[in-house]
Amino acid sequence: MAFIPHTAADVAAMLAAIGVARIEDLFAEIPPELRVKSLAGVPEALNEMEIGRLMSARARADGIALSFLGAGAYEHHIPAAVWAITTRGEFYSAYTPYQAEASQGTLQLIYEFQSMIAGLTGMEVANASMYDGASATAEAALMAVRANRKSRSARILVPQTLHPHYRQVAVTTASNQGLKFEELPYGTHDGITAADALARYEGQDVTALVIQQPNFFGRLEEVDALTDWAHARGILVIAVVNPTSLALLKPPGEWGARGADIAVGEGQPLGVPLSSGGPYFGFMTTRMEYVRQMPGRIVGRTVDSTGREGFTLTLQAREQHIRRARATSNICTNQGLLMTAATVYLSLLGPQGLMRTAAAAHARTRELVTALTRVAGVRAAFAAPCFHEAVLQLDRPVAPVLEALAVRGILGGLDLAGYYPELGHALLVCATETKTSADIERYRSVLTEAMQSVRAA
Amino acid sequence: MTAREKVIFEYSRAGRGALDQWPAPVAAAALGDLPAGLRRQRPPLLPEVGELEAVRHFTRLSQLNFSIDTHFYPLGSCTMKYNPKACNQYAMLPEFLARHPLAPESQGQGVLACLYELQEMLQAVSGMEGVALSPMAGAHGEFAGVAMIRAYHRARGDLKRNEIIVPEAAHGTNPATATMCGCVVREIPVTGSGDIDLEALKAVVGPQTAGIMLTNPSTLGVFERSIAAVARIVHEAGGLLYYDGANLNAILGMVRPGDMGFDVIHMNLHKTFSTPHGGGGPGAGAVGVGARLLPFLPVPVVGKAGERYRWLTEADLPQSIGRLSAFMGNTGVLLRAYIYMRMLGREGMRQVGEYATLNANYLLKCLQDAGFDAAYPQRRASHEFIVTLKRQARELNVTAMDFAKRLLDYGFHAPTTYFPLLVPECLLIEPTETETKDTLDAFVAAMVRIQGEAEHEPSRVTSAPHTMPVRRLDDVRAARQLDLTWKPTAQP
Amino acid sequence: MSKVPADLRYTKSHEWVRSLADGTVEIGITDHAQHALGDLVFVEVPEAGRSVKADEPCAVVESVKAASDVYAPLAGEITAGNPQLAAEPEVVNGDPYGAGWLMRLRPAPGALAAAALLSAAQYQQLLDSEGD
Repeated sequence: MAFIPHTAADVAAMLAAIGVARIEDLFAEIPPELRVKSLAGVPEALNEMEIGRLMSARARADGIALSFLGAGAYEHHIPAAVWAITTRGEFYSAYTPYQAEASQGTLQLIYEFQSMIAGLTGMEVANASMYDGASATAEAALMAVRANRKSRSARILVPQTLHPHYRQVAVTTASNQGLKFEELPYGTHDGITAADALARYEGQDVTALVIQQPNFFGRLEEVDALTDWAHARGILVIAVVNPTSLALLKPPGEWGARGADIAVGEGQPLGVPLSSGGPYFGFMTTRMEYVRQMPGRIVGRTVDSTGREGFTLTLQAREQHIRRARATSNICTNQGLLMTAATVYLSLLGPQGLMRTAAAAHARTRELVTALTRVAGVRAAFAAPCFHEAVLQLDRPVAPVLEALAVRGILGGLDLAGYYPELGHALLVCATETKTSADIERYRSVLTEAMQSVRAA
Repeated sequence: MTAREKVIFEYSRAGRGALDQWPAPVAAAALGDLPAGLRRQRPPLLPEVGELEAVRHFTRLSQLNFSIDTHFYPLGSCTMKYNPKACNQYAMLPEFLARHPLAPESQGQGVLACLYELQEMLQAVSGMEGVALSPMAGAHGEFAGVAMIRAYHRARGDLKRNEIIVPEAAHGTNPATATMCGCVVREIPVTGSGDIDLEALKAVVGPQTAGIMLTNPSTLGVFERSIAAVARIVHEAGGLLYYDGANLNAILGMVRPGDMGFDVIHMNLHKTFSTPHGGGGPGAGAVGVGARLLPFLPVPVVGKAGERYRWLTEADLPQSIGRLSAFMGNTGVLLRAYIYMRMLGREGMRQVGEYATLNANYLLKCLQDAGFDAAYPQRRASHEFIVTLKRQARELNVTAMDFAKRLLDYGFHAPTTYFPLLVPECLLIEPTETETKDTLDAFVAAMVRIQGEAEHEPSRVTSAPHTMPVRRLDDVRAARQLDLTWKPTAQP
Repeated sequence: MSKVPADLRYTKSHEWVRSLADGTVEIGITDHAQHALGDLVFVEVPEAGRSVKADEPCAVVESVKAASDVYAPLAGEITAGNPQLAAEPEVVNGDPYGAGWLMRLRPAPGALAAAALLSAAQYQQLLDSEGD
């Protein structure tokens, strides 16, 4: 019964101690007309065996397909130790480490996480994580407005090559505070932000420029040139990066002459299962100079009253429980459990394992593109280079092709028609280290049939 | 006191690694297409350790934590109830974990059915007309709620309404949220018995009022008795009522926010519906709305057409405040809440409110009988209550913080301290319904012993904790000499 | 009992103002304010050349338990922020009326006369009424 351990004798003794006859008497202060009349929308209870059967049946109904979807959520091998550790009750059922002395495990782990994320991004400081990559990007825009004291415009330049959902979340999150997001076009021939798109902002007051690397198409932006262009004009640079890719690609802390000012990203590739979209976590990093403008929890190393090393939440005066209406954000928590998983994941992979993972994903994607472009009516949309995603151009509508593939148990990628109609019949595909040559060959062969079954446009 | 657990980087040895976890290496030629100018030059600073070393390190770290699974955790306003193991196990079935967020609806009818039914159940227990699940924490749900209030006024062309009223006892998130939504905050006082000051409320409402944010029971641990009058005053002024679900556990199955007149609510699934707190997240802050705000719900929402479930997007809800997460919020957390609610069922919902209230009132009575002062002695406790140690601080120079730290030595996580701000030297105590009478009795016994120590050996209390991995930490040094990342050169 | 030097003027929000020989004024937070905040861990001062309006927030003082804005007691142009405080915020705790000054400002024409500043006696009265 609702995980309530009381015996009848307990209840009787407790009521007697309080001095009331019935539990109902404890609710005497609530006006009777407000009491619940019906909870008909809630079904009768199921016991553990029954709910187990129901959930197993629903899981089976969804099945597990051979997936070539990416677009911001990536299938990677997750070492068994990651979730064995993460679901330990001491991590799983603890709360925000307000009582530092009784939370040193969580606090030290956050410190290790901050260190790893700073190392990966080449940035000076990281926070204890945000909700997801999209919300971290939105918070980075708000942070840039606070950090860039020279700019008064709250204008943020956002390439169309930034994940379309991230652009939507930024608008939802920040537009109430007067931020203006202005979209930068990309070259439909090369899939990267067009350098001449920046020219029209020459001499104008702009607060920040967002750069996603690799971008939504998997393509590599000219990050050095973009960063230097922005810095020369007093514009802050917000990097949005894939953490796996950073084993191979130049970290945002080294972009251009001065490095990015804020770097954020989706942490899901670091040991977090796809799970239909969450829970994931966003990471956020910056220069030490801007640390007081950064939202979210931050842990620091210090000493206790006997001089012994320990860890504690710090810089809390930025946060809502102290600054209330003037806080950097209303965020109270981090995605603690996911950050825990990522810290274990990064410890098990280390610099070499992460490098192998990134390299294998890159190699598999090249193999996939080579295989699929052998199919009649399929070609690569843009010239290389990509990281572990690529856009294919079909000679017929993508949606029915994907449906035909799904019937055969293959999720063939993301149809870009709704997001980028100007690209025509474009399909975003992804392969990570989890895909074998046999998987890729299966996709190629099923795609060949699917293409034939769908009439050309 | 145990030996210090090293920072994982201190275990690192060049060339060591959990090789069995890694994919096979690929030939360098496979990377040949990446332009040298875009490549990383030096490997990132990450630890190089074996699997066993990593497992031992993180297991040891876990053992330095208090948690619900190991300790009574009566943190007020946080609802630290037991997180049933079944919720975790069945939410982590391989098919659920493997499903990509952009997979077609045809390959997600199982998970979509769970989410749809969760929306329906949350709607039923909150008394609202519609529910969206995508906010990823309580604060995120608050943001969605206030953004909907703003969108509602704007859609009516009522552009002046930018003030959000909050009681002075409110959690800091409320004013911070109002600011994030571009609103101005107006704080109003509460009366000596813990109810909202209705005269003060009448004085601040007007054509600039966007809405009011309230918890009920309030952060003072008592039921807001004049809620119907509050709703009338705010509604007559043209404002809307926002319900912060922080304290929903107190009234689950007994009273519904919709029936109290609230227009929008967020529910902390990590409190009331027992999803894990995870050391500070992930949470889930589902929002419920009355009819007026239905068009503004954040997307995506799960809809049902015939027997098929599907995502509702901007195309279905063109006035939506938009998207709050890259995909569908914290889906895995939502599944845990779904399983919990199905296991409780209709009757279980009511029992939560009943037994949470029973435990709180019992614990309050025992502490009062032992000589502790309730902040609102004339009131019934809701699911939590406030003890004030003002007297101990004045007479013995032992503070609420000292009691909190000493409780750790007795094996109890401390209650919430120094919140709400308007009660001096306060402990906000929330036992939850899942604790036994024996545990509550043991907590009272510890408080009594600490009181005795405070009277006869106060330094024992003021220098606590004595048995934790560390003593009280130097927060001033932590903030002045920021050490936020491990650096190889900083090591002895 | 907080120190309230007689030769300074004060604001209700606990800033002090000292008139300097060159016509500029020096501004800081009072002994009462530093004590209420506790050990300061961060101080942000304005850059020279910035124009401020009266009552505009122009500096931040932060302890581990609170962060507080410092308001310009009068309108004018900042001529200096105290450069020592970035590295040593604790100076404000130790010497709030001396080395712990926050900023210097050249008052806008008429601003000094227009500012409703308190005398030491009036400020002391304010503290007494707040129970210091």
